[in-house]
Amino acid sequence: MKKYEYTEKKDTRSGFGAGLHEAGKKNENVVALCADLVGSLKMDAFIKDFPERFTQVGIAEANMIGIAAGMTINGKIPFTGTFANFSTGRVYDQIRQSVAYSNKNVKICASHAGLTLGEDGATHQILEDIGLMKMLPGMVVINPCDYNQTKAATMAIAEYEGPVYLRFGRPVIPVFTDPDQKFEIGKAWMVNEGTDVTIIATGHMVWKAIEAGEQLAELGIDAEIINIHTIKPLDDEAILKSVKKTGCVVTCEEHNKFGGLGESVARLLTTELPTPQEFVATNDTFGESGTPDQLMSKYGLDAVNIVEAVQKVIGRKKA
Amino acid sequence: MKHTIKELEDIASQIRRDIVRMVHGCQSGHPGASLGCADFFTALYFEVLNHKTDFTMEGAGEDLFFLSNGHISPVWYSTLAHAGYFDKSELATFRKLNSRLQGHPTTHEHLPGIRIASGSLGQGLSVAIGAALAKKLNGDQSHVFALLGDGELQEGQNWEAAMFAPFNKVDHLIASVDYNGQQIDGPTSKVLALDDLQAKFEAFGWHVINTDGNDMQAIVEGLHYAKTLTGKGKPILNLMSTQMGAGVDYMVGSHKWHGTAPNDEQLASALAQLPETLGDY
Repeated sequence: MKKYEYTEKKDTRSGFGAGLHEAGKKNENVVALCADLVGSLKMDAFIKDFPERFTQVGIAEANMIGIAAGMTINGKIPFTGTFANFSTGRVYDQIRQSVAYSNKNVKICASHAGLTLGEDGATHQILEDIGLMKMLPGMVVINPCDYNQTKAATMAIAEYEGPVYLRFGRPVIPVFTDPDQKFEIGKAWMVNEGTDVTIIATGHMVWKAIEAGEQLAELGIDAEIINIHTIKPLDDEAILKSVKKTGCVVTCEEHNKFGGLGESVARLLTTELPTPQEFVATNDTFGESGTPDQLMSKYGLDAVNIVEAVQKVIGRKKA
Repeated sequence: MKHTIKELEDIASQIRRDIVRMVHGCQSGHPGASLGCADFFTALYFEVLNHKTDFTMEGAGEDLFFLSNGHISPVWYSTLAHAGYFDKSELATFRKLNSRLQGHPTTHEHLPGIRIASGSLGQGLSVAIGAALAKKLNGDQSHVFALLGDGELQEGQNWEAAMFAPFNKVDHLIASVDYNGQQIDGPTSKVLALDDLQAKFEAFGWHVINTDGNDMQAIVEGLHYAKTLTGKGKPILNLMSTQMGAGVDYMVGSHKWHGTAPNDEQLASALAQLPETLGDY
């Protein structure tokens, strides 16, 4: 197992804030909008340097999506910011008609996704957003795994023409990817090459998959770990190549197993290469209040759950 | 004036003929409010709007128009065709398979003149505000126009937008409301009353003007006047009284023609009332 180390922990939303600031410096057409959550979305640096390119819309997410769509018409590249729940479910029809169907170059940037939002509870912890957004024709869906990858993804989507959903989180987590990485939309990242099982992880679950990989190595299981940061379009080639070698797969995501990354992988495999698969994901449930660590543990999203899923799926492969 | 009032009324008559024929041709669509807004569209595209029919999405330096109540697409399509955005023969494809003239307007099929999809109600004012903000950032002094249905003002997003625009001094924006008092289930006064729209928008900080949307002279003057009010810190709301079905006697003033197509006999009766002035498609 390749050794991954980290010297600091940071939140992925700060990676977004840093990436937005960089994208703003690089391209004067980059503009930002926020629905009364500037501090949470870490937009301060962008606002300080480009006050005229920032629009505070107040607590009015539907209006924010419409304004962003309108701004693209004159060549602007709007980044909208609010929590993942208010970025998707609350404004689904506005995104569907004014952004996706109209093919507008809006970047819907969503913080506090998943259980790790923590104490605010289920009203704010959306676990359905990946599914909602990946079903929209033409929508790119990205869920980066640490500060550096989120920063790189934010800069990359500014250069991509078309609607994008960028999902990130609240808690501080290990920073373990290359600070100078080039982020390629739709391209998987090989975290660790292995032969016994393919672990496919996205977002906060990538570090958990690395922890699980280390525990599996001690058990004599050689896990291949792939980071799928872009859930749509999915890197079919990388997944099929790995699964051909390992013969079984475990998908890991901080999202409902209905509609998430795991289902996208299952759809690919069932048509191209039927393979035993296990899902590490929430199981058709809402979240609740608690600390992020408590919630990830209670809802089965820890390294230990990945280890158990791997053991189970390897058993199915042999059967 | 680029045209006399009589010339504009003649264009509107042709557009009304097209509307009735298009809706009859596919036996679906929304003739009532399309007819009611024929004078507004004529005044806007043939007299008021500074626009190029050689269409670009950006429309830099041009006035832009956004239709929020997308179901009145027949009036927009006919207007765009006669203004020169595409050939009028294409009007015959309205609502049919593989057409660029979808039931509700969309950019998806790249029809010249359309800059955003609309149909799901209540979204157009926000989009128009966004376009106006971007124009301001670009130092582009041209205007942004929008048309909203009165019934769709029941959608909450309009009021988010109504609150935003004055606070942010979006003052190159002229939004018109098609105030015909009708919606699918009946008069707005019975479904969910709009009450004093002028007072409501003024309370939000808009400069409100009133026009008669079925009097060509009044609507041309009203829209020109609205342009003189821009750039003074407030968005402009044109509260425009219209009659649903205007121009076809048996459709006038009734919500029953919101989304119903005429039969052959009704078509003949309508066309007898609407002189062919520019040639049918």
